[in-house]
Amino acid sequence: MNVLQFGMLEKDLLDDFQRDFPLVPRPYKAIADRLGCDEETVLDLLTRMIEAGLITRVGPVFAPHRAGASTLAAMVVPVDRVDEVAALVSEYDEVNHNYEREHRINLWFVVCAPAAQRVAAVLDEIAARTGLAVIDLPLEQAFHIDLGFPLQWT
Amino acid sequence: MDVTAKESELIAAVQDGLPLDPRPYAAVGRRVGLTEAEVIAGLRRLVERGVIRRFGLVLSHRDLGYRANGMVVWDIPDDAVATIGARLAALPYVTLCYRRPRRPPDWHYNLFCMIHGRDRKAVERQIEDAADAVGAGDCPRAVLFSTRRFKQRGARYADCPATEAM
Repeated sequence: MNVLQFGMLEKDLLDDFQRDFPLVPRPYKAIADRLGCDEETVLDLLTRMIEAGLITRVGPVFAPHRAGASTLAAMVVPVDRVDEVAALVSEYDEVNHNYEREHRINLWFVVCAPAAQRVAAVLDEIAARTGLAVIDLPLEQAFHIDLGFPLQWT
Repeated sequence: MDVTAKESELIAAVQDGLPLDPRPYAAVGRRVGLTEAEVIAGLRRLVERGVIRRFGLVLSHRDLGYRANGMVVWDIPDDAVATIGARLAALPYVTLCYRRPRRPPDWHYNLFCMIHGRDRKAVERQIEDAADAVGAGDCPRAVLFSTRRFKQRGARYADCPATEAM
């Protein structure tokens, strides 16, 4: 599946359904009706987009802190230990994003759990197992309403 | 926590994505012991209350050709951070915008936003534009481009809602 060969149908599917996904018994049929194709085509396209890694899923994105606790954590990891420490961090089911970034503070990850105590425990455990400090940067205020992302098809 | 125990079960059943089945809500209902109508009504309430921020296709920016992903951090005076945060969040190329605590002496930035672009130059241009547009041109800032993605989202774990990066 090549993004560069996408036609109007694929583009409209990606652009128009990042929010307000139909909450009706046959949502893929409702999407098909709006796009002017059939339900099977929508299901096939979504399946292939997920397989190709273009979309990670079809479903809800939750507001932080409304249905659980989370934080952004960061660490200064020596260059020769990045792979090892990143792998250790990714092991945790509670970690759902883990990136290396260009900064002295070079490993950044999000920890989320049903309760704040578990988030704190994961950070403590990572610090203890790696012998490195973990900086805890919990969200204090969210400004974005997240309407999805406008793709530029040029 | 703003959700009931039953809602937590529903959240756990949909957080990894809806089944690609013609009747996805019925399939979810079978997993949690609800009818299709109850699943739809339950999800609608979570959307209305803002527990679900949006419901739809979740894009992988990197794999769609938006290879540069810049986390921009700003040191904004405390009395201006709410105003500047709201202005930044309104820009179309800003996908997330959060206030977080400073952690001196290691970390002095209190406002975080995420900017995705096709390449690094495009992101850098947008950051310049954003700084001017929101009146933060004089505030210290840094851009932390991601160099490697080790994990983008959790595997199959219960009760831990999928929020977005950062």
